[in-house]
Amino acid sequence: MSNDIFVWVEQFKGQPAAASWEAVGTARHLADTMGGHVTACVFGGQGVEALAQEAISYGADAVLLAEDATLADFRVEPQVALLAKAVREAGPTAVLIGATFRGRELGPALAVELDTGCIADCTALEFEDGQLVATRPIYAGKLLSKCTIPERRPRIFTTRVRAFPKPEPDSARSGEVVRVEPVLAEGDILSQVAGFQETEGGVSLADASIIVSGGRGVGGPEGFEPVRELAKTLGGALGASRAAVDAGWIPYEHQVGQTGKTVSPDLYVAAGISGAIQHQAGMRTSKVIVAINKDPEAPIFKLAHYGIVGDLFKVVPALTAALKEKLG
Amino acid sequence: MHIVVCTKQTPDSEAKMSVDEAGNVSWGESPLIINPWDEYAVEEALLLRDKHGGAVTVISMGPEEALEALKHAVAMGCDEAICIWDDACADSDTLATSYVLAKTIEKLGDVDLLLFGKSAIDAETWQTGSAVAHRLGVPSLMYVIKIAELDPDGKTITVERLLEEGRQVVSASLPAVVGTTKGINEPRYTSFMGIRKAARMEYPLWTLADVGAEADKVGAAGSGVRWPQVFAPPVREGEAEIIEAETVEEAASVLVEKLLAEKVI
Repeated sequence: MSNDIFVWVEQFKGQPAAASWEAVGTARHLADTMGGHVTACVFGGQGVEALAQEAISYGADAVLLAEDATLADFRVEPQVALLAKAVREAGPTAVLIGATFRGRELGPALAVELDTGCIADCTALEFEDGQLVATRPIYAGKLLSKCTIPERRPRIFTTRVRAFPKPEPDSARSGEVVRVEPVLAEGDILSQVAGFQETEGGVSLADASIIVSGGRGVGGPEGFEPVRELAKTLGGALGASRAAVDAGWIPYEHQVGQTGKTVSPDLYVAAGISGAIQHQAGMRTSKVIVAINKDPEAPIFKLAHYGIVGDLFKVVPALTAALKEKLG
Repeated sequence: MHIVVCTKQTPDSEAKMSVDEAGNVSWGESPLIINPWDEYAVEEALLLRDKHGGAVTVISMGPEEALEALKHAVAMGCDEAICIWDDACADSDTLATSYVLAKTIEKLGDVDLLLFGKSAIDAETWQTGSAVAHRLGVPSLMYVIKIAELDPDGKTITVERLLEEGRQVVSASLPAVVGTTKGINEPRYTSFMGIRKAARMEYPLWTLADVGAEADKVGAAGSGVRWPQVFAPPVREGEAEIIEAETVEEAASVLVEKLLAEKVI
């Protein structure tokens, strides 16, 4: 059994997911510790070849590259079939997958296919006493669990988005790119992608480095305008609390919290959000948290690093103006 | 149409979780409830049944005394409920759990659609739906926010599913596994009549032998993952630095300086 690690590289229309490079960086670190190689698996439609070199620059030693129409839009079946075949042939000790929507679907299917374990949403991954030990949050982050896959191989891990640093790319790195062919033909796949509606606003919540969220305090759909403006000025994504989503002021895709998305940006600005425990569960690992609320007793101030007590409709535009002035 | 919903019983989302030195997890006095995400799956099953006809069976792998999830689903309107358990099932990870559930589905036989919640709020692995689909060799449609079309006669389904960049529209053949997410519907409250029906209902307990599952493929023996250590995360010390200033503009300016110093903007 080798100490090699496979990483599945995710892409949408040829654009790579940052979570995949975080996984490649983590795999690189582990492989250096254990004495193994990192192989990136880039399986997509025509034109994903460019990602092969990119994967190498982020730390892969080799790339398995498949370009085929059946792999262009994400469907779990053709990805699992090809990834499982590659794993069976090479026998890596671990497979790392970013814990995105796609990765969370792929990991367990691959585990079933290979009759092995998959540890989901890891926030830390270490090589200790010959074992790969994963740390993962449970009960909405109220507790943490250390997990291992002691016997079965490969060990599959999905890595929580932004829990691991994105490595610095090094364009001087080189590696071998091996072309592989899909396992399933179109006729063997039981689902067909009929279309795609992209989310407005562009920046996805899960991998945003800055998020500005509005809550009950915004008072209505139009109340999100200053919040949206601040997010835009910061180049960040727009978030919302459950209260704002349940009130119908903003679509569910924007919800942060236990019943929405779990995020971990460098900067999280909570405007008019009281900070219920369920909201905190979705954003507590943010690096810097700023709270803007007119209630000085709001629980969000217990979690935040910086706070301004005041009316968000005055504070948020002032913040936008101050940023425009400072950042030009 | 026969729709099956897979559910799990979990501690309440408001529960204060704690862990003792031996690693035993406790949720204090909080009640055990149906996993809140599963309510969306149950609701969608009931809506589809009412539109297309047929029956909804709710199943759960869990000890016999852990019937809350099933009772709640029946109180919402499910027609049948089955509990699957055997002492050998303890310490099952999703590899083992998906095996038991897939065996149960095969035993039921005539299933057209299988619904899951997007994940369970206790272990939060997000895995069981996808794993069961793969075991059964049927299409896996996860994070579905809308069932756009369902044709029981033509045996096809079209859904909108969430991905990071937006909504993917996917068509698939039936039977299929659909993982529901919040936004797909608004789960109904249980009625007094429903609760009475759930209280009077018989909940058949199927063992591993009943579903034709092998004991060495469940529990720790059938699992890949071990979780030897559970602990409370470190608590963040201190409170927010409240920025006070004469004017809002001044406070905003001070905050921007702080954020620049933190190198987060």
